Amino acid sequence: MNPFAYERASDAVRAIAAVAADPDAMFLGGGTNLVDHMRLGVAKPGRLIDVTRLPFDQVEGTPDGGVRIGANVRNSDLAAHPLIRARYPVLSQALLSGASGQLRNMATTAGNLLQRTRCVYFQNVDTPCNKRRPGSGCSAIGGYTRYHAILGASEHCIAVHPSDMAVAMVALDATVEVLGPSGERRMPLVDFHRLPGDAPERDTVLQHGELITAVMLPALPLAAHSLYRKVRDRRSFAFALVSVAAALQIRDGTIQDVRIACGGVAHKPWRATRAEETLRGNPATPEQFGRAADAELAAAQPQPGNAFKVKMLRNTLVAALQELAGVAG
Amino acid sequence: MSADASNAPLRTRSIGQPLARLDGRAKVTGAARYAWEHELADALYVYPVQAAIARGSVVSVDIEATRAVAGVVAVITHENAAKLQSDENKELWILQSAGIGFRGQFIGAVIAESLEIARHAADLVRVRYDEQLHDADFRSDRDDLYAPEKVNAGYPTDTAKGDAEAALRTAEVVVDQTYTTPMEHNNPMETHTTVAVWDDGHFTLYDSTQGAHSLRKTLAPLFGLDADAIRVIAPHIGGGFGSKGTAHAHDVLACLAAQAVPGRPVKLTLTRQQMFQLVGYRTPTIQRIRLGANRHGRLAAISHDVIEQTSRIKEFAEQTAVPTRIMYAAPNCRTTHRLVKLDVPVPSWMRAPGETPGMFALETAMDELAIACQLDPIELRVRNDAEKDPESGKPWSHRDLVGCLRKGARHFDWDRRNPAPRARLRDGWLVGTGVAAATYPRYRMPGSVAMIRYESDGRYVVRMGAVDIGTGTWTALTQIAADALDCPVGAIALDIGDTHFPNATVEGGSSGISSWGTAIVAAARAFRDKHGANPEVGSEASAASPDNPEEERFAMHSFGAHFAEVAVNAATGEVRVPRMLGVFSVGRIINPRTARSQFIGGMTMGLSMALHERSVMDARFGEVVTHDFAEYHIAAHADVEDIDAIWLDESDPHSNAMGSRGIGEIGIVGVAAAIGNAVWHATGIRVRDLPITPDNLLA
Ligand SMILES: Cc1cc2nc3c(=O)[nH]c(=O)nc-3n(C[C@H](O)[C@H](O)[C@H](O)COP(=O)(O)OP(=O)(O)OC[C@H]3O[C@@H](n4cnc5c(N)ncnc54)[C@H](O)[C@@H]3O)c2cc1C
Ligand code: SF4
Repeated sequence: MNPFAYERASDAVRAIAAVAADPDAMFLGGGTNLVDHMRLGVAKPGRLIDVTRLPFDQVEGTPDGGVRIGANVRNSDLAAHPLIRARYPVLSQALLSGASGQLRNMATTAGNLLQRTRCVYFQNVDTPCNKRRPGSGCSAIGGYTRYHAILGASEHCIAVHPSDMAVAMVALDATVEVLGPSGERRMPLVDFHRLPGDAPERDTVLQHGELITAVMLPALPLAAHSLYRKVRDRRSFAFALVSVAAALQIRDGTIQDVRIACGGVAHKPWRATRAEETLRGNPATPEQFGRAADAELAAAQPQPGNAFKVKMLRNTLVAALQELAGVAG
Repeated sequence: MSADASNAPLRTRSIGQPLARLDGRAKVTGAARYAWEHELADALYVYPVQAAIARGSVVSVDIEATRAVAGVVAVITHENAAKLQSDENKELWILQSAGIGFRGQFIGAVIAESLEIARHAADLVRVRYDEQLHDADFRSDRDDLYAPEKVNAGYPTDTAKGDAEAALRTAEVVVDQTYTTPMEHNNPMETHTTVAVWDDGHFTLYDSTQGAHSLRKTLAPLFGLDADAIRVIAPHIGGGFGSKGTAHAHDVLACLAAQAVPGRPVKLTLTRQQMFQLVGYRTPTIQRIRLGANRHGRLAAISHDVIEQTSRIKEFAEQTAVPTRIMYAAPNCRTTHRLVKLDVPVPSWMRAPGETPGMFALETAMDELAIACQLDPIELRVRNDAEKDPESGKPWSHRDLVGCLRKGARHFDWDRRNPAPRARLRDGWLVGTGVAAATYPRYRMPGSVAMIRYESDGRYVVRMGAVDIGTGTWTALTQIAADALDCPVGAIALDIGDTHFPNATVEGGSSGISSWGTAIVAAARAFRDKHGANPEVGSEASAASPDNPEEERFAMHSFGAHFAEVAVNAATGEVRVPRMLGVFSVGRIINPRTARSQFIGGMTMGLSMALHERSVMDARFGEVVTHDFAEYHIAAHADVEDIDAIWLDESDPHSNAMGSRGIGEIGIVGVAAAIGNAVWHATGIRVRDLPITPDNLLA
């Protein structure tokens, strides 16, 4: 672990200016990911600006039925919030399926979005990794790939984004609000995380010095009927092998509207648009759910060590939709 | 006193009582000191430098940047470390040459005023290597497999009784399958720690060890010292599971560091990641089992061939097929062990070495045989129960495997079980039950000595250099001493955990209570012989654990039966274990409360082995890549539901004066097979390669 300076920010604009001007500086949230990486030598910031005292710690309902989540809201508080539990149960469930109680008490909303991949080679500074050291090669290819991508990967990186929370938020059409040296911008969360392409060192489109201030969830009545299903190697405290966030609205046996996102399968929370298209306007039957899963997975390119994820995701997606539809298998 | 008399049965009063841990309060209030926590003035901190290649040598070490860090006191490498006097054990022969035997091996250390400084400065050490091609590829089809001279605990490598091949050829029913268990790592809660002080030709070590005396006996010749010149203090240890049973390289590194800064304590504790390289592990195994039986399930032949790995720098041969030699009454039995030497860390003991992986294979094969013979798996085991030890022909001191199976069957409602696989679906979960047998040898190690003195406060001080690794030794030995002296528990003041006290053998092979307890009983009897029932203050007596001639006459083993219910998600393959029951025949239980903890702890570890634990060796790097708790899964609380352990009410008078046989390890043995057998019953899918993860069970 390198020596570093620690500062507690009391003013967002000043904190942003400080980080933007110093390539060696980083924002610090709950520290549950960044501090681990500092110990491992994966991250070596010379200066940490702790942003957790900035006043972005509220969960507020908006007049149109949406919710605005401050960047510093802790994962535990967000999961327990009555508005989230009532309007977006999928998000509450996703949060509670992640990490452990202790970690969720520390982890912030922004930090969770920006947590980095759990790829074992990324976390081990002694092995080549394009994400950690661009151009050094990808050790995962030909190695241990149980927790790696089957969708949207590249020859440069096959890592997955590990967040559960972000999968639910992507299903919910969330928007990220960002404050930077040159002002505010916002973008759909689905465009916030990147696919690896030939620049896997960049997880997101965030620029150095840009601070996440909030996540906006739009009004989405069908989300009241939603769930998060996470399949993992151990019953708690394990990352997803695959996961599904889904919301479903059915009238007279016909699917009116649907939202699906998948975790554990790609470099970003994977919005399953093909599956959604296959479902809208069609009957809510197990066969149709299977067709939707197949449509999404047609592009899957698994590794030898994670070929099982194709079937696992298919089964999980079908089971989740059936549960939402209340249809017997 | 004759040996026989010292082993005469003890009248038990405190023994058998569920006394709460005497050290419990100190532990939960933080008053109990673990190795790292002893308050020592002027301490320095050690952080290791480790090899980043798996085979080759160090060409040069650049420590300029390291030395420049404020607070760095010394840097040691093979160029300046003190010379060790014995290279017999290459795992401990560190910083003596430029050679590298496995990735992660110690090649240096930084000693600094704080742990943070030491760690940062160690990061700045620049090492140039001459890298050679390494080989860390564990497979069965290698052409360099060899037969070790013997396997762990001194057992013969191969055995052959009768003609198993011929019997297999003519058997009506044959099961011939290969089972594998992965590399697994012991992960006691307390990371391995050594705090060392080198002063005036003497070492004082605060160590997390399973054997204070055995540790110093290992270290003394390395440093050219008499054992007396090393004092090991170890009052409380946060678990070991075998990984603290022998000295490892960190003990030596701490001593070398201490010699570099005489007079000042140096503190070294391994990180969790380092534990995956430096403190032993369970070898992966590839096991072929062949069972030949008639159609009524009577075994004619058992054949068990094991392949496992060891490190090129030091041999450790796990005794995986050894339990197969005594389990069932088959007239023909053959077992073999073959090893491959790889450029990998040195394997070692992990809870019930041998029995744990071996009984997974054997007890899964027995389930497959029961199915092939259309027999209930309990009935199959009953039919093949051995009246005497099939290997030695000796009578058992006591064997009641059948009693365990029957008692468990009653508690588990086994008789109502429908044997058909994949026949019970509840809310999307396929449900099944399974059974497997367990066994563990009764060991006693010779040489432990106890000293008893009557004090002015009316209490008996009982001293010996035994250790409590978290199992309840403080409590159990106090109960034994109370009965041996025929006084209440409150009249005993136990002193353990220090080599200033008389010799005690290592806590291993579930032998602690048998080895140490018998010494206490012998000392108590010597004390009463000498000083009577009303001793004068200051009266003393010592005695060693007596020899036991019964050990020659009887085969002594414990047995047990595991029952498991599993539920497998029909869509996702996730496995739950709603119910587990272990039933044990282990001689007398000294303390039912701590015993139950040992049993259900072992069973939980067995569940963890069945479903979770796997160290993934990436042969390209010669490194375990799943080397932390986010990647190396150990059962979480949520994985363990209704779990219970019960035992047969018995005493084994041949074993020792207490009638006990040792209980620390049998709890894990056979659990993985019981769960795997239940998974088959639930799903119809036979998983022969551990761990049983959801991807194995996707339909
Ligand atoms: C053992 C373990 C198990 C886990 N299991 C799971 C799991 O199952 N599912 C899951 O989803 N997660 C899991 N996690 C990950 C956990 O959710 C993340 O570590 C956590 O959400 C990160 O939040 P933080 O506030 O601690 O981030 P930090 O570690 O403080 O920061 C993470 C990153 O975000 C940046 N950052 C922080 N705040 C801001 C901001 N406002 N604007 C811009 N950048 C910012 C930091 O600079 C850093 O790069 C696990 C973690 C551990 C250690
Ligand atoms: S998958 Fe990505 S993160 Fe993992 S080693 Fe390859 S480049 Fe690095």
